[in-house]
Amino acid sequence: MTAVQAGAQTAPASASQTHAHVTCPFCGLRCDDLEIARAGQTLKVTRNGCDKAKAGFERPLTQPMPRVGGKEVSLPEAIAAAAALIGNARLPAFGGLATDVDGMRAIMSIADKSRGVVDHAFSEAQGRNIKVLQTSGYIMTTLTEARNRADLFIIASDVHTFHPRFFERIVCNEKSMFSEAPPKRTIVFLGEGYDTSAAVGTRIGDVIQINCAKQRIGEIVSALRTLHKGVPLPAGDIAGVPRSQIEDLLARCHKADYGVVVWVPPDLDFPNADLTVHQICEFVKDLNVKQRFAGLSLGGNEGASTAVSVCTWQSGYPLRVSFATGQPKYDANLFAIPKLIASGQTDCLVWLSTFTADLSPPATDIPTVVIGSHDLKLAKEPAVYIPVGTPGIDHKGQLVRCDSVVSLPLRDLERAAGLPRTVDVLAALEAAL
Amino acid sequence: MLIKFTGGKVYDPANGVDGEIRDIHVRDGRIVTPSAGETVHQEYNLAGKVVMAGGIDPHSHIGGGKVTIARMMLPEDHQGHEVQRGDLTRSGCGHAVPSTLTAGYRYAEMGYTAAFEPAMLPANARQAHMEMADTPMIDKGAFVMLGSDDYFLRLLTRGAHKDEIKDYIAWSMHAAQALAVKVVNPGGISAFKFNQRALDLDEKHVFYGVTPRDIILTLGRSLQELGVPHPIHIHGCNLGVPGNKDTTLATIRASEGTPIHLTHIQFHSYGTEGDMKFSSGAAEIAELINQYTNVSIDIGQILFGQTCTASGDSMRQYGNTKSAHPKKWVVMDIECDAGCGVVPMKYRDKSFVNALQWAIGLEMFLLVNDPWRVFLTTDHPNGAPFTTYPHLIRLLMDKTFRNEMLRRIHPGAQAATILGSLTREYSLYEIAIMTRAGPARSLGLRDRGHLGPGANADITVYDDNPDREAMFTTPLFVFKNGELIVRNGRIVKVVTGATHVVRPEYDRKRAEKPLKDYFDSYHTVQMENFRLHDDEIITAGCGHAPGTCGCLVVHPTGART
Repeated sequence: MTAVQAGAQTAPASASQTHAHVTCPFCGLRCDDLEIARAGQTLKVTRNGCDKAKAGFERPLTQPMPRVGGKEVSLPEAIAAAAALIGNARLPAFGGLATDVDGMRAIMSIADKSRGVVDHAFSEAQGRNIKVLQTSGYIMTTLTEARNRADLFIIASDVHTFHPRFFERIVCNEKSMFSEAPPKRTIVFLGEGYDTSAAVGTRIGDVIQINCAKQRIGEIVSALRTLHKGVPLPAGDIAGVPRSQIEDLLARCHKADYGVVVWVPPDLDFPNADLTVHQICEFVKDLNVKQRFAGLSLGGNEGASTAVSVCTWQSGYPLRVSFATGQPKYDANLFAIPKLIASGQTDCLVWLSTFTADLSPPATDIPTVVIGSHDLKLAKEPAVYIPVGTPGIDHKGQLVRCDSVVSLPLRDLERAAGLPRTVDVLAALEAAL
Repeated sequence: MLIKFTGGKVYDPANGVDGEIRDIHVRDGRIVTPSAGETVHQEYNLAGKVVMAGGIDPHSHIGGGKVTIARMMLPEDHQGHEVQRGDLTRSGCGHAVPSTLTAGYRYAEMGYTAAFEPAMLPANARQAHMEMADTPMIDKGAFVMLGSDDYFLRLLTRGAHKDEIKDYIAWSMHAAQALAVKVVNPGGISAFKFNQRALDLDEKHVFYGVTPRDIILTLGRSLQELGVPHPIHIHGCNLGVPGNKDTTLATIRASEGTPIHLTHIQFHSYGTEGDMKFSSGAAEIAELINQYTNVSIDIGQILFGQTCTASGDSMRQYGNTKSAHPKKWVVMDIECDAGCGVVPMKYRDKSFVNALQWAIGLEMFLLVNDPWRVFLTTDHPNGAPFTTYPHLIRLLMDKTFRNEMLRRIHPGAQAATILGSLTREYSLYEIAIMTRAGPARSLGLRDRGHLGPGANADITVYDDNPDREAMFTTPLFVFKNGELIVRNGRIVKVVTGATHVVRPEYDRKRAEKPLKDYFDSYHTVQMENFRLHDDEIITAGCGHAPGTCGCLVVHPTGART
């Protein structure tokens, strides 16, 4: 195990430095073309960063000590206190789970040993796709495939707000593998209130806005399916959208060589949104009988796609999983940490949030161990707080991208913050149980 | 420390040992010839026991995105198959697609000490290695999938010089940390993205204008010239399509002497005779394989029950979705690089087609004469989970048992197979070839799969039980690197296996100059990050410092033996 002394104030190896090909851990797209300059312990995105990347990399480094009951302690003392809480808990809940692959591996190991529950902060959103996967499945594509191949994008979420470089990298790119002069692309915004400002440039052809509340996207897609199958629909608007606009969209779908429907699961944040995802996926399947079309689901911020992938390959089940019986049990509803807290079933919360300052633990009275970024916002002083390094800034790591196909390496940007790695903290914690 | 295994009946085909009573000595994880009078520190008396090298599975989908999609899709298949955390082992679950941890434990408990993931997409290589790193007990490695990737196809289209193509293949093997190269539905995964629904051996890809034949031959010859031990690993055109035996026969003839390995050949051995327009092509194909000594195969045997098919062949998997059971499936187009299809499947002995598929696999096993060119696989989990291997071994070794099983299948299938007339029974020596010596030789694992001095001490000891299924289900002892890891089919020590790679020589500078431009222009990952570095696969699993342990094994390239 590498050193786990917190606050070891080692100076950076060199005063300043520039890192190229840096992967950004702050959204599910995992852009890896960033250039980051370091001067002392200060980082600056000097190439290719979006606002999220700048906010993530450039925030000032604080170097807090671990705390127990609000009092500064040594790291071993904090680990001992956390181990006592977890060890004595009836059902420890491991939440947040914003970490890299190694951090998630360590959480799985400790949850298995302590017979706890694992649940990512964004499991609810991710679960919309998983429900569809487990009931009917889908045809999906990935970022590079869409970037080069798609001639029609149906954007069914506020993509630009969640993933500020999606349009730049996947939709507006000027070069394409399959043509020296790639054709213009049609962009259809399906839904209201999206930031559409990024759909500009030489590759962008028709931009079509179909106004409807997000809750009614499913209705429109359902109408597209019905018309596609040649089943007559009663006359009149559908979800407030003129029939002619829906018929026009279907005609564009039929004309496309490779259409892609894009959605962001956390943005479809309304009851039963999995049924919207289901309609989209079934429409894509319907079209594929004769032509090619694919879904592209984004999201995966705060390590969500990493957490669900590691959980699935190690336990067999996606989130949420309980090890209370000594075996993995899967129930996407029952094992939601907010519900376990509300019902008093869990008596210890371990909250892991190592990327941003904003993924804070829920307000609760049960004893909470926070293993978090140095500047994590805490509404309430937790029982134990252990500051850790951010994967991709303070140490190397790996993260799974939103499409759950590509994974990227994370770099150590060598600012020598003296913050321990999550995996080392958790290994020490597990050993102390 | 010197360990002696005394008096076992040893089956070590690589060294020509066929059931002779032999002593084996192990020092520091290797099999050795002890010096005269050297002190033995520990002795296992193996009188009456059967001793073989640890089993090697050369084709098993144990790691990578499509396997995790399958795991995620099928909670109902895991339920009832949960595995309790033990004193030494982690919890997990699984039947058709077990969790990584459970898969590692199960392989070891069955006497296997290595398994190789045959379909690692370059774009998904990092995750494949993460999952393999989380598969304990056994050695791992993976075959990188080429042949539907845009870069390779454009090299072929513009008639690139063969050195340029070899550079790219070698670069891909280094970048993905691969042991071998596989081609899946050559060009077909890409063609499907252009809405082609089939691509036969001599059919042109609608965009690139190249044929599967071009792709196979280019990859096969290049790998031979690069000195990669394992020949091109071919999942051919038209998987599962009635009549595909003709494509398979043509593919064998097309090899023109170039070494090729045809994988899960059972799925490629179908004729169109009979009322159901579905018949066995096994006899015809086996006869040709017997003539073409440059061809090796594995079977991809199906066994009855619920499983899940997970393949890189998005084109054919899409075609198979109508047979999905339960009715859900995933097809993906991936990174202008590859694809995948995950389709759950329940094979039924009362279904004519499934029953005949079962018989075709067994016919193929029994009709190909040379066990050095046939490897025992179910194409886990596509034909059946790997945990069915002991049952499959019994089917091959016990004619009476096989014929009993044959009488239970769909009567039409019984009538359509010659299986009942095949009297061959595999010997333990032949089983040791198919499950150890053969795969090791084919993959270039010079110090695995045998029990001669210098070999890695991966050793499995069985009771000589006439019920071969029981015998191969529960080995008495399994040793990994000379350490006892399994006793009576139960894990007694958890270890981390090694990752095996092959690194052909090439001109990296020459390869990366155009690749860098290519990645910058078209990809969403930088070339520098596409490459998987050693420290990512070494430190991930074992906890050792890089270079201080055997967890990364680089096998030499060179002329094939």
